[in-house]
Amino acid sequence: MSYWAHFRVWRGDSEKGELVDYPAEVNEGEVVLDIIHRLQQTEAQDLAVRWNCKAGKCGSCSMEINGRPRLACMTRMNTFAEDEVVTVTPLRTFPVIRDLVTDVSFNYTKAREIPSFAPPEGVEPGEYRMQQVDVERSQEFRKCIECYLCQNTCHVVRDHEENKEAFAGPRYLMRIAELDMHPLDSADRQTAAQEEHGLGYCNITKCCTEVCPEHIKITDNALIPLKERVVDRKYDPVVWLGNKLFRRGEAANKNR
Amino acid sequence: MTTAQQVHTDDHDVEIHDYDVVVIGAGGAGLRAAIEARAQGKRTAIISKSLFGKAHTVMAEGGCAAAMGNANPNDNWRVHFGDTMRGGKFLNNWRMAELHAKEAPQRVWEMETYGALFDRTKDGKISQRNFGGHTYPRLAHVGDRTGLELIRTLQQKIVSLQQEDFKATGDYEANIRVFHETTITDLFKADGAIAGCFGYFRSTGRFVRFNAPAIVLATGGVGKSYSVTSNSWEYTGDGHALALRAGATLINMEFLQFHPTGMVWPPSVKGILVTESVRGDGGVLRNSEGKRFMFDYIADVFKDLYATTEEEADRWYTDPDNNRRPPELLPRDEVARAINSEVKAGRGTPHGGVFLDVSTRLKPEEILKRLPSMHHQFKELADVDITKEPMEVGPTCHYVMGGVEVDPDTGMSRVPGLFAAGECSGGMHGSNRLGGNSLSDLLVFGRRCGAGASEYIDGLAGRRPAVVETDAAAAVDRALLPFTTAAEGGENPFVVHLELQKTMHELVGIIRKADEMEMALKKLEDIATRTRTVAVQGDRKFNPNWHLALDLRNMLLVSMCVAKAALERQESRGGHTRDDFPVMDADWRHVLLVLSALGEDNVEMVRKEQIPMRPDLLDIFEMDELKKYFTGEELGGHRADQGEKA
Repeated sequence: MSYWAHFRVWRGDSEKGELVDYPAEVNEGEVVLDIIHRLQQTEAQDLAVRWNCKAGKCGSCSMEINGRPRLACMTRMNTFAEDEVVTVTPLRTFPVIRDLVTDVSFNYTKAREIPSFAPPEGVEPGEYRMQQVDVERSQEFRKCIECYLCQNTCHVVRDHEENKEAFAGPRYLMRIAELDMHPLDSADRQTAAQEEHGLGYCNITKCCTEVCPEHIKITDNALIPLKERVVDRKYDPVVWLGNKLFRRGEAANKNR
Repeated sequence: MTTAQQVHTDDHDVEIHDYDVVVIGAGGAGLRAAIEARAQGKRTAIISKSLFGKAHTVMAEGGCAAAMGNANPNDNWRVHFGDTMRGGKFLNNWRMAELHAKEAPQRVWEMETYGALFDRTKDGKISQRNFGGHTYPRLAHVGDRTGLELIRTLQQKIVSLQQEDFKATGDYEANIRVFHETTITDLFKADGAIAGCFGYFRSTGRFVRFNAPAIVLATGGVGKSYSVTSNSWEYTGDGHALALRAGATLINMEFLQFHPTGMVWPPSVKGILVTESVRGDGGVLRNSEGKRFMFDYIADVFKDLYATTEEEADRWYTDPDNNRRPPELLPRDEVARAINSEVKAGRGTPHGGVFLDVSTRLKPEEILKRLPSMHHQFKELADVDITKEPMEVGPTCHYVMGGVEVDPDTGMSRVPGLFAAGECSGGMHGSNRLGGNSLSDLLVFGRRCGAGASEYIDGLAGRRPAVVETDAAAAVDRALLPFTTAAEGGENPFVVHLELQKTMHELVGIIRKADEMEMALKKLEDIATRTRTVAVQGDRKFNPNWHLALDLRNMLLVSMCVAKAALERQESRGGHTRDDFPVMDADWRHVLLVLSALGEDNVEMVRKEQIPMRPDLLDIFEMDELKKYFTGEELGGHRADQGEKA
């Protein structure tokens, strides 16, 4: 059942690097991460790669395999022809640390800029009551394993370093949507989504949804509804008039 | 409190930080400890071996046990306590089991105030599901990804605390900072108390030292010493080994939980966890003859609690008050042994497991709703559609019950200033952990350690032990050793690691024999020699073979503990099964095997008596049940006995 595959792995650091060819034994049922581990056990023991659970649950082993952003632990070797060259490179949107490992601190910075869950006032622990149907919308987004494949793929930042400052990326715009749809969150998030976190940069090409290993409908279920809420707010004549007259638009206006 | 952002370097170019509390480990226990320490006004560092949010807690699937009584109002802490003790075959530290059962509901509710979104009951409360060994539906859950919900919630709570600090000081990291991809290799003491710790940053290979009077170990388990395991590469027993080398003690190391249901095929995914929720939600185990074999494996101590016919077992799902539970929901050790026996008797599946079938028990849409990540996992990794066909499963090394011996209330070890919480601490789960009791353990004892560490620091009244500079220099040398031995042509650490895993898997696995364990101890000595001389390639920058060379030392020390204790305990109980001593023995119940370090790379073991259980806790059980576990003279304080006297 086993055969020898032709692997081409990017080796290097932030300054220089190159694709290195490795012949690698492949056995039945194996995934790309198994082959990377075999290389470590044989001829490339210092090959740097991130991984943890090896079951598609932690989102650590994100890389680009034949140009497609993938989790190495969920990419079966039988999806390639036996004579196909398998090229493995680090995520392109983030700076390389070494080999297949990139500096993903961009994501942690963005995470910190999104205001956290604002608990409802006067509701004690143990007294939270929510209906299943109401939590399900946000639960879909909480399936996110933070593999950053969507952040890596989104063309707003993939080849536009200059947009990184103003754009939180699909993962964190989805986080805003998640909190906005949380039945008991008490903060207003819609204006900030547009003005501070760059929701307007997203032109719904759905690349993020396509690469999501958790199959979260990021664009359809998070980003488009969030855009609609922002637009409703901005162009609703009553809200517009209210804002003009009373200079409000803060917490009181959280429309659901 | 120390002041913010004191960073300088010493003569060896080691970056130095000052903190009040350093939490080693960024899983559930570590993050909950850090949140508490910060709440008590302590400047806190969190050391994360991987990226923040990737800890092994994400792998917990089924849920978090807490007697909230949402699904069945008869549930309360006493029932939970009873189930926990029963599950651990009464070897548990009863005080820990008591605190855990009492405090778990509060800890779960608190998670909602941090933003967690659990599945709901019809009246809008947190839904609770059935699990092995729990009398009532008790596990708060989110589909089958509860661990992810917990880790993300705690991670996001830390972020919210950082946002508060940013508002107050202009610095997100003023009071709580996460050190990503950082591994601690040494703890420092001064005058017998904790003074700090030492390690390296993976990304650069640079060294870092933390001066801190209190350290919380929350490093998780030891599964990477085994070939078939549900554990990730991080689970190398770091906390266990650091504690030993610092002079603390480990208990219960002979007890390893082999989760009954890991994937068995294809080979590359062997060991990956299949959640117990599959059985909790109706899945059944069958052998190659199609027989539901678990009915043949109900041990005497559980005879009254489990159904003896398929009909009764099936009725239980809809009418739990008038029927006994299906034997598929026996505690994990029982189910794992049963599967092992079936396979050994030649009634296994083509790939050496048994069948776990939910496809004939639930509608496809129900399976997709309740077990989405299992469906995904089998579809993507094994080409199996669990809504249409059974899974093949077998035991996988999952959890270590043993760990650092701690004070139940504060989590402090024998070493002043050194605390431990979660999987790397010992006692709470006795000889076998119930599913769902791990996530609650993390929250309850994570918080207690954070509080314990804060209280300890307050008690120092500013007299902080100072790291001895020669110790710090020795730590640098030790960490660089794999590079120095390289010149002498040693082995590839990945190869030595495989050898260690094979040894433990084959010789100190699920079923144990004296001669095999003696052989294991000899082999471990040999592997220890090879470990000391492994050669690493490359430099210090994100270099996995250097990291493994350092982790190997810890795995070896911990493996020695497991093998020594397992050889010593001449009975079978929970996660310790002896082929040569197949019966549980009441005279062993009250004995703890306590391990401490003997030099750098060896351990010694002594026996210690358990503290007798408080009479009011004994009274929770019926005398007839206790007699199955305890010796006669231990039960004098029970109400039945008192009644007879009166």
